[in-house]
Amino acid sequence: MKHKKDRTSLALSLLTHVAAVITILCLLFIIAYILIRGVPNLKPSLFAWEYNTDNVSMMPSIINTVIVVLMTLLIAGPIGIFSAIYLVEYAKRGSKLVKIILLTTETLSGIPSIVYGLFGSLMFVLSMGMGLSVLAGSLTLAIMVLPTIMRTTQEALVAVPDSYREGSFGLGAGKLRTIFRIILPSAVPGIMSGIVLSMGRIVGETAALIYTSGTVAKVCTDVFAPGSTLAVHMYRLMSEGLYTEQACAVGVVLLVFVIVMNSLSSYLGRKLVKG
Amino acid sequence: MQLRENAMRIVFMLAACFSIVAVFFICFYLFINGLPAIAKIGPLNFLTGMEWAPSNELYGIFPMIIGSIYVTAGAIIVGVPIGILTAVYMAYFCPKKIYRIVKPAVELLAGIPSIVYGFFGLVVIVPLIQDVFHTSGNTVLAASVLLGIMILPTIVSVSEASLQAVPDSYYEGSLALGASHERSVYFVCLKAAKSGVLAGVILGVGRAIGETMAVIMVAGNQAVIPGSLLHGVRTMTANIVLEMGYASGLHREALIATACVLFVFIMIINLSFSALKRKEAKA
Repeated sequence: MKHKKDRTSLALSLLTHVAAVITILCLLFIIAYILIRGVPNLKPSLFAWEYNTDNVSMMPSIINTVIVVLMTLLIAGPIGIFSAIYLVEYAKRGSKLVKIILLTTETLSGIPSIVYGLFGSLMFVLSMGMGLSVLAGSLTLAIMVLPTIMRTTQEALVAVPDSYREGSFGLGAGKLRTIFRIILPSAVPGIMSGIVLSMGRIVGETAALIYTSGTVAKVCTDVFAPGSTLAVHMYRLMSEGLYTEQACAVGVVLLVFVIVMNSLSSYLGRKLVKG
Repeated sequence: MQLRENAMRIVFMLAACFSIVAVFFICFYLFINGLPAIAKIGPLNFLTGMEWAPSNELYGIFPMIIGSIYVTAGAIIVGVPIGILTAVYMAYFCPKKIYRIVKPAVELLAGIPSIVYGFFGLVVIVPLIQDVFHTSGNTVLAASVLLGIMILPTIVSVSEASLQAVPDSYYEGSLALGASHERSVYFVCLKAAKSGVLAGVILGVGRAIGETMAVIMVAGNQAVIPGSLLHGVRTMTANIVLEMGYASGLHREALIATACVLFVFIMIINLSFSALKRKEAKA
C-alpha cells in the first residue's frame, strides 16, 4: 500500500538524492573537464624521447614512472605479502606482537605523504647517502604503500576457506607447502587487486617524491640517478606557470591510467568474491 | 624440512615486524631533526609565534596551524554533509543497478591523484571565485571546496560500510512501528551507525590536514592568519613543501619541526579513529 509521506520524510528523501547527484556530478565534471581540455593538447611531440624547454616531453617521466612503480612493488610486495601471511596463518590472534603490528600499520596508512617525503629525504637521501635518486623515492613509496598491500592480502587470505587448509594438511603437506601451493594461489586475485591499487597510488604520488627522487625530467640511467615521475612532472609544469596546456595533457594520461587501474582492481576484487 | 619450516616462519615474522621498524625510523628521524630546532627557537615562540620570516630568523608557525585548521574545518563543512547523505543514498535508497555505477565512481574519486585535483582547483575553482567575488581566487574558500571534494570518497566509503553493518531488524522494526522509509533510515539506522560515521569523518579530517599538493595550488600560501574566507592561507603541509627546496640551517630544521607538529596532529586523529572503530566493533 502506498501512502502519502509527511514533510520531513519528503525533505530527507530529496536531500539524499541531491547529495548523491552532487557527488556523481563532481566526479563527472572533473573527469570531463580534464579530458576535454587535455586531449587536444596530447600532441605526438609530447611523447618525444628527449625533454627540453621547447618541447616539455613527458616520455622520460613516463619511463621513470614505470621504473619507480616496478622498484616500489619489488620492495613492498614481498614484505607486504609475507607480513600478511604471518598475521593470518601464523600469529596468535590478540597476541601483543600482532596488536603492535596492527597499530603501526594503521599509523603508516595515516601519515601524510609530505611527511613520508621529508622522512625519505632525511633518511635515504641524506643519512644513507643515496642522494636524490629513484631508489630513495622507491624506498619511501614502498613504506607508504605497505599498509595497502598488507590489508588487501590479509583480506584475501582470510577469505580462503579453512577446508582448503585442512584438506592440504590431511594429505600430509606441511604448513609451508600448504601456504605456497594451496592458499596463495587461491588468494591471487585479491592480492593482485591490492597491488594494482598501490600502483595507482604510486603513479599519483607527488609530495613524497619531490624531495626524494627529484624533479629532473630525464630518464634515470641507474637507480642512484634522480628522475621525476609523471605526477611530479605535472607539478613542475604547473608551478612554472608557462605550461598549463601541457600539464593538462599529463593530467589526461594520469587520469586514464588511474581509471584503468581502478577498474582492473575492482574486477580482480569481484573475481575473489565469486571465488 | 623442519628447519625450512622454522626458517620461513621467522622470515614471515620479520617481514611483519617491518612496519614497526618503519614507524620507529620515521619518528626517530623526524624528531631527532626537528626537536632541536623547537628547543632553539623556544617551544612557545615556535608554536604561538605569529611571524614566519626565515630571513629575519623569525619562526612562528601559529598562522600555519590556524591555516590548517581553517581549511580542514572548511572541508568538513563542504564534504561531510554531502558525504554522509551520499553514503545513506548508497546504503538505503539506491537501486542495485545504479549502485553498480555509484560505487566504482566513488572509488575512482578516491583514486584521482591529488595533483590532478590541484590542477582542477587552479583552473576551475580559483577563476570562478575570482569572477564571483572580484578578489584573488587563491583563498581559504577555494582550498575548502577542493578539499571537501577530495575527502568525499573517504567519508562515503567508511560511512556506507558502517551503515551496511546495521542489522536489518532495526530498519524493519522501525517500519513496523509506522515510521516512513526515510524516518527509519535517518532516525534509526543512521543513529545506530553513528560511531562508524564519525570514524569516517575523522579519517576525512586526517586526509584534509595532510593534503599538500592540491592545497598549495589553490590556497595562495601567504603565511598570515587569513582574515576571512576570501583571504589566502598557508597550511603546515604547504609550508614544508614550498620552502624545503632551498632552506638550510635553522630554517630547514624549523620546517622539519613543522612536520613534527603535523605528525603529532595526525597521531591524535589516528588514535581517535582507531578508538572509535574499536568502540564500533564492540557495540
